[in-house]
Parts: sequence; structure tokens; C-alpha cells
Amino acid sequence: MNIYKAIFLSSLGKKYIMGVTGLALFGFVIGHMLGNLQIFLGPEKINAYGALLKSMPKLLWMARLGLLACVGLHLWAAIQLVRQNRKARPSAYKVVDHSGSSFASRTMIWSGLIVLAFIIFHLFDFTITPEYTGKDSEGRHDIFRMVVLGFSNPLSAGWYIFANALLCFHLSHGVKSLFQSLGLSSGKWRGWFNTLAISVAWLVFVGNASIPVAVLLGFGKEALK
Amino acid sequence: MNLTLKVWRQRDAQDEGHFVTYPAHDISEDMSFLEMLDVVNEGLITKGEEPIAFDSDCREGICGTCSLVINGRAHGGQRATTACQLHMRHFSDGQTITIEPWRARPFPVVRDLIVDRGAFDRVIQSGGYISASTGGTPDANTLPVGKPTADMAMDAAQCIGCGACVAACKNASAMLFVAAKVSHLGMLPQGAVEKDARVLSMVRAMDEEGFGNCTVTGACEAVCPKEIGLDFISRLNRDYLSAVAKSTC
Repeated sequence: MNIYKAIFLSSLGKKYIMGVTGLALFGFVIGHMLGNLQIFLGPEKINAYGALLKSMPKLLWMARLGLLACVGLHLWAAIQLVRQNRKARPSAYKVVDHSGSSFASRTMIWSGLIVLAFIIFHLFDFTITPEYTGKDSEGRHDIFRMVVLGFSNPLSAGWYIFANALLCFHLSHGVKSLFQSLGLSSGKWRGWFNTLAISVAWLVFVGNASIPVAVLLGFGKEALK
Repeated sequence: MNLTLKVWRQRDAQDEGHFVTYPAHDISEDMSFLEMLDVVNEGLITKGEEPIAFDSDCREGICGTCSLVINGRAHGGQRATTACQLHMRHFSDGQTITIEPWRARPFPVVRDLIVDRGAFDRVIQSGGYISASTGGTPDANTLPVGKPTADMAMDAAQCIGCGACVAACKNASAMLFVAAKVSHLGMLPQGAVEKDARVLSMVRAMDEEGFGNCTVTGACEAVCPKEIGLDFISRLNRDYLSAVAKSTC
């Protein structure tokens, strides 16, 4: 049995790839949110956190390349699967009743692609070509001020919240499906994974959206003076 | 009751196909959906028109031959019901009902509402059986099988191979069908011996037929007349993964 054929060329194998890379990306989303929430502890904490990450360039780049590989594989498998799925139904039904399935489950490719576009934008916005590169009193990148400055613009705050809503919509189906694809979702576990998926989707949404919402409501205004 | 039917008519696999509207008069609400179609066909034959071709056999919900998408739902969307067991009392007088065939590339239309489900047979031929001759029915309890295992294997064995899962899936995936077959054989002692080889070749055959992939939407289990659930697809994923791991290690 050729393992490459069994995993990369089979229908089930591509879903394993989706599941494993999805799990890794989901882990990153949680870590990223926890890191970002330190903004509520004040400029000192979040700027120190940023400096800490920058102080470990090897680890940072390993994580970045790993994530990039996960995004690449997740996207590759998604496109392959969608193409096969479209081919499997050449003529559409005239009447379609979707009452057996959720909206999130039927639109994973669209929520995923919009989130991908957001991630690219977000990376340029805050990491690759940030508009604001000021330093704080200790010479560290002033992340606190950069975030407050960025989200003071209701348009970018709105786009951020919208993209996070879609990300969590994606997670609400993705997190439970990955356990199904990896063969772990049976019996009582199915219910647990469903609950887990909905809970973490809401948690990530509330956690991530709280930052732009807080800034719009006046949090961190003193940093802009 | 009087109804309006919008029925898919297609001469053969090459024909493009189109909808034709037929009135259905004086339908009793105690008729099954197929009996209603029989009445309409009698009218068409009397008028010298070509009757609507549709598949049916046992008409008691156990053979898996009937295959109609009724108002967008395979078998009409009544829980645990095949189209032949669907009664007209679930419809209302004056309603318009759209009837389409299973639509999937591996299920080409033979005529009107009849599709060729030979793809399922080829998937079964690839390994959905036990090759060792195990003789007649064994005496009870000579081969001990735990009650939970026996129950689950029986749940999977209920699959009648109708193809509603493929018809309802947005991806035309046959995952629920293959999962049911792989599970019901693999869970019992006679079938467990060939479990790994079976799952590898049945998944390969399923892919070669051109069925789509599973997005875990749950549309299949919602229409399955035998209420086979997504748990079996999870089991299929697990069995395949373990078979791949064993064959490469």
C-alpha cells in the first residue's frame, strides 16, 4: 500500500489532511486569541509579549512556516475536494430542500476563502507592512498603540469583526467535522464534539471581537495622545 | 385530492431532459406515492402518451428500488420512509409536487426517473462480501458476538442500497452507503478477517466511480429510510486510517 496514494489521492485521505491541518490552525486561533487578549492587561504586558515572541526568532519562524504549510495543505485539499464534489453532480436539482443540513456546513469553502483573504490582509496590516511602527518607552514595538490606532477606524474594526464572525462560523462546523473525519466521532462523543465546536466558535468570536469593540468604545484612548 | 405534478422526463442518458407538468386528479390520500404515479400513468396510457418511467419493486420499504426526489428531498423527506411507503396524506389538496431522479454522475439516468445504480454494485463487488464460505446459519451462540456489537452491525446491515444518501448529499457522496457496508461486515467475526483489505478496496472503488466527498452536512442520515447515522462514516474513517497504517508499517 502506497501511503502517498492512500492519503493524498483518496477521498478519505484528503479529509484527514483537512482535519489535521484544521486542528493545527484551530490551535493557533486559540493561542493567537489568548495572546491578543493581553491587550486588556495594558501596554506593558502586550508589548512585552510581542518582544518575547520576537526574542525567539527560530521558534517564531518554525511556527510561521508550520502554519503556512498547514494553510497551504488545507487550501489544496479543500480545492481538490470541492472540484471532485462539483464533478460528482453535473446536473443540479431544480428543487433543493436543505432541511437536513446546516448553512455553515454547506458554505465551508466560502467562509474559508473569505477568512483566507482576511488573513492575508491582516498579515500585511499588522505584521508585514504595518502602518504604525512606533516604539514604546522601552524601545519595544508599541503593539498597544498600533492596535488602538488600527481599530479606531470603524471600517477596519468592522471588517475585523465581520471576518471573525465568518471564522467562527467556519469553526462551528469545522471543529466537530475534524473529529468525524479522523474517525473519533461516534456514540456519545458526537454530542460532545458538537457542543465543543459551538462553544469554542462563540468563545473565539467574543474573545477576538472584544478588542475592536472595546477600542471603538474608547478603550486605550490615552495611548493616542 | 387534486395535485399538479412537475415530472422530470428524459429519454435516455444522452438526452438533456426537461420538466413536464401533469395534473393528477381524484387521488386518494390513502394511496402511496407510487400508486399515485400508477394512476397518472394509466391516464397517460389511455391518452396514448408515454407513461412516466420510475423504479419500484417490493413496495413495502425493504428492497431499495424506488428512488424519487420529491420536492427536493430524497424519498420525500418523511423520517425513515421510502417513496413507496410515503402516503399521499402527507400532501395537501392543490399542491404542486416536483419529482426528480437521483442526480449524481455515477448514477446516469436510464429514463425519466430511473437511474442506473450499478456503481453501488461495483463498489460491493470490490470487497463488500465475505470470501470464505462459512456454511449455513451457525447455531445460536456458537460464535459469541456481544449484544452492543450485534445491534450496531444490524443497524448498519439495514442499508438497502437505495442511494438516497448520494441523492441528498450536496457532493453526491456515497460515504454513508460504503460506511454501512464496511461496518456491518467488519464488526462481525466472519467479516472481521478481511476488514482491512475490504475497506481499502471499497474506498478505492467508491472514488473510482466518481462519488463526491463527505462534508459532514448530515443530509444523508436525514433522508436515509433505514436511519443509518453519521457514526458509521466516522467508523469508516477510522477503519480506513487503521488499514492504511497497518499496510504501510
